[in-house]
Amino acid sequence: MSSFLLAVIGANDLWFALPVIVTVSLVYAATRHEQIGFILPHAARIAVWIVGFMAVVFVILFLLAQFS
Amino acid sequence: MTEQSIEQDGEVLIDLKDPILAAFLAWLVPGLGHYYQGRIAKAALFFTCLLGLFFYGLYLGGSSELGWGRVVYASWRTGDKRLPYFCQVGIGLAALPAIVQANRVRNSKAPWWNGFMAPPRVSDNVGDGVDNQPTIHTLHRKLHRYFEFGTVYTMVAGLLNILVIYDAWGGPVISVAGKEEDEETKKFGESDD
Repeated sequence: MSSFLLAVIGANDLWFALPVIVTVSLVYAATRHEQIGFILPHAARIAVWIVGFMAVVFVILFLLAQFS
Repeated sequence: MTEQSIEQDGEVLIDLKDPILAAFLAWLVPGLGHYYQGRIAKAALFFTCLLGLFFYGLYLGGSSELGWGRVVYASWRTGDKRLPYFCQVGIGLAALPAIVQANRVRNSKAPWWNGFMAPPRVSDNVGDGVDNQPTIHTLHRKLHRYFEFGTVYTMVAGLLNILVIYDAWGGPVISVAGKEEDEETKKFGESDD
C-alpha cells in the first residue's frame, strides 16, 4: 500500500504534464492538417492516447512496485 | 523565389510562397513562417503553444533570487556540457540570448540582464568570469525538480518547432490513415445532409 501512497503524493506533479500534453497534441495535429476543424479532433485523439499510455505505464510500475 | 502550392484536406490550396524563407522564419519565431504564407490560424496556434510552453519553462527554471531563465544556457565547459541546449535552440530567437551570455562568460565578462540565460558556475572556484553567478549545484538545490521541469518544457518546445519548420517548408504531412479518416468524416457529413 505504501507504493500507492507514494504514487498519490507524487500525483500533484502530474499536473505539470498537462501543458506538455496539450501543446504536443495541438502542434502535432496541426502539422498533419490545415483546417482547424480537422486539427482539434485529431489533437483530442492524440491527447487521449498519451494519457492512456501514461496510465498503462503507471499501472505497470505500480504493480511492479507492489510485487517486488 | 519559387512558389509552391499544395492541396490538402481535399479542398484547401496552400501557397507556400518561398519555402526556404518560410522555414527560416518559422525557426526564428514559431508561427512567423506560417504568417508569411498567410496561414494565420496555424501561425497563431504555433506562436501561442510553443512560446507559451517555452516561457513557462523559463519561469519554472528561475527565481527572483537566482535570476530568470536559468534552464536555457549554452555551455561546453569541462564538467558542464549542456546538451539540452541543442534541443532548446530549435525555438529560434527566444533561445539566442544564451549564445550571447555564453560568449561573454567565455571572454571573462560579466553576463548581462541579471544573468538571464547565463551559464552557471561549474564549481565554487572564483575567477572563471561568472563569480556572481550561482553554481549548478545551487540551481538544482534551490529550484529542486522545477529545474528539470523547466528544462523539459523548453526542450519539448524547441523540438516541436522542428515539426513546425517542416510544415512551413513542405506543408502538412498527411498520413494515409488520417486522410482516409478525413474522407470518412466528409462522407458522414454528406450523408447527414
